Amino acid sequence: MKHFKGFVIKEFYHIFRDRRTLAILFIMPIIQMLLFGYVVTNEIKDAKIGILDHSQDVVTRKITDKLASSGYFIITKVLSNETEIEDCFRKGTVKEVVVFEPDFAIKLERDNKASIHLIADASDANTANLIVNYTSAIVNDYVTKENKTVTIPMQIGIESRMLYNEELKGVYMFVPGTMALILILISALLTSVSIVREKELGTMEILLASPLRPLQIIIGKVMPYAVLSFVNVITILLLSNFVFGLPIQGSILLLLLECMLFIILSLSLGIFISTSTNSQQTAMMISMMGLMLPAIMLSGFIYPLENMPLILQWICHINPSTYFIIIVKNIMLKGLGIMSVWKETLVLLGMIVFFITMSVRKFKIRLE
Amino acid sequence: MSERETIITVSHLVKKFGDFTANDDLNFEVYKGEIFGFLGANGAGKTTAIKILCGLSKPTSGNATIAGFDVYTQKDDIKNSIGYMSQKFSLYEDLTVTENIRFFAGIYGMTRKDIKIKTQQLLAKLELEDSAKKLIKDLPLGWRQKLAFSIAIVHSPKIVFLDEPTGGVDPITRRQFWNQIYEAAAEGVTVFVTTHYMDEAEYCDRVSIMVDGKIAALDTPQGLKQTFEAESMNEVFIKLARVAVNN
Repeated sequence: MKHFKGFVIKEFYHIFRDRRTLAILFIMPIIQMLLFGYVVTNEIKDAKIGILDHSQDVVTRKITDKLASSGYFIITKVLSNETEIEDCFRKGTVKEVVVFEPDFAIKLERDNKASIHLIADASDANTANLIVNYTSAIVNDYVTKENKTVTIPMQIGIESRMLYNEELKGVYMFVPGTMALILILISALLTSVSIVREKELGTMEILLASPLRPLQIIIGKVMPYAVLSFVNVITILLLSNFVFGLPIQGSILLLLLECMLFIILSLSLGIFISTSTNSQQTAMMISMMGLMLPAIMLSGFIYPLENMPLILQWICHINPSTYFIIIVKNIMLKGLGIMSVWKETLVLLGMIVFFITMSVRKFKIRLE
Repeated sequence: MSERETIITVSHLVKKFGDFTANDDLNFEVYKGEIFGFLGANGAGKTTAIKILCGLSKPTSGNATIAGFDVYTQKDDIKNSIGYMSQKFSLYEDLTVTENIRFFAGIYGMTRKDIKIKTQQLLAKLELEDSAKKLIKDLPLGWRQKLAFSIAIVHSPKIVFLDEPTGGVDPITRRQFWNQIYEAAAEGVTVFVTTHYMDEAEYCDRVSIMVDGKIAALDTPQGLKQTFEAESMNEVFIKLARVAVNN
């Protein structure tokens, strides 16, 4: 045990003396969280719109005010005729133009029907879609509220509600994915690189020739990274809670246990990678290409699984991050318990057993 | 000579990798306190043999005891009684001199008090007191190598295995390094050294030369030169290699 303590201390020296490792460990998680939370977002806030009001009556003005006070839009341009629309979009001063037809209020009164024309800049299709949806929602909201005072036969109103993420906040989507990404990065990439470095330097042979057992060497190498990964989990949860206001609905203990499980899985992946290669560069490439990219692209983090071609869906299903993200979403956002995630948990456990068995086998072949 | 205590005994040692026989029926003994040169071309099977003797790999058949311990069953005891230094004379570059000493002494289970005493002795002997807190990467190569050797024997092992310890080092440093080896041997440490510098073979008490997985010759450098009617160890080696090619 005494030898072991010295070993772990040595490992911490390596980590704290290498600026690159330190940056990856402590600065990157925070930057990633802030990036995903603030920059990569699909919320609308202060979108610039223009108004072309051919009617200029009470109702159109009310709707315009409602749009302006919603917080989602800023009215930057008031147009006077159709020809200006094209010009606005060309210059990029607005993302959407709301056109009220002439005699809007009169038609509404008389026919119970009037139309608004929404024209959006779809060169950015996602944003255009969102803006149009938000605008229609606000207009519909106005219509239903007005209808309450006037007793009109029957009206069918559609009301949608976004469960678990009422405001469609981007952060809700990104926290679980970012967590997966960071844990994979630290646990798998850094451990594989640090084990392979010992091989490159030739110190691995000295360690193997010493009374330390191979298992002690491996555990000694991965332990500091396990501890630091766990520190990062806490950091991410604190950041998401206090900076982005994302609450943890389910059991924190269960969440932390699942994180620990995923950390162990990432570490065993890192060990597996390090038994398969002898150069730090290769280890880094394998971790980046083989683990990080799938963690972002093929895990349901950014793109939904259901929309992918079948082959990619299969890859998603052997990607550990996919399962971890489901687990975190269920516990954090939906507040569900172990019963809802036991299948995914078993998959992660199975993967740990698989990778550790493979690593031990490879390691033994090398020694024979 | 015959009365000397043996510390390594190898008999009929065979190591196969599939169809390839890396070590073919090795038989030799190494005496306590001697400098035993283990020579051979690259690929002759030196490293395979050293790995077996260090308890890193199991032989296919045959027997070997190191410091009285069996390579099949007493690997841990073997590891505790040997020191090992590879051709990269590896130390951790981002650790200081003292930290490296402390770490390697620590993994051999030395107590904190012993480590402290030993560190002082070592630094004084190598005249490295001023550099104790320097990182290894800031030390010149020659110093690193000296330190690496001192660290390999920091836990006072009975035998130290040196795997091509002087590869890529200038002649003066090599000379100094051999002085260190002599000192260690004088203190009773058995030195088992592989090299492919034939002039270094002359510094050894006895030399074995491996060709194609077999020990082709084993004697004192003087004896070998007489047997093969050669001027130098280099000639001995070339003659042996030629025989192997002709076969």
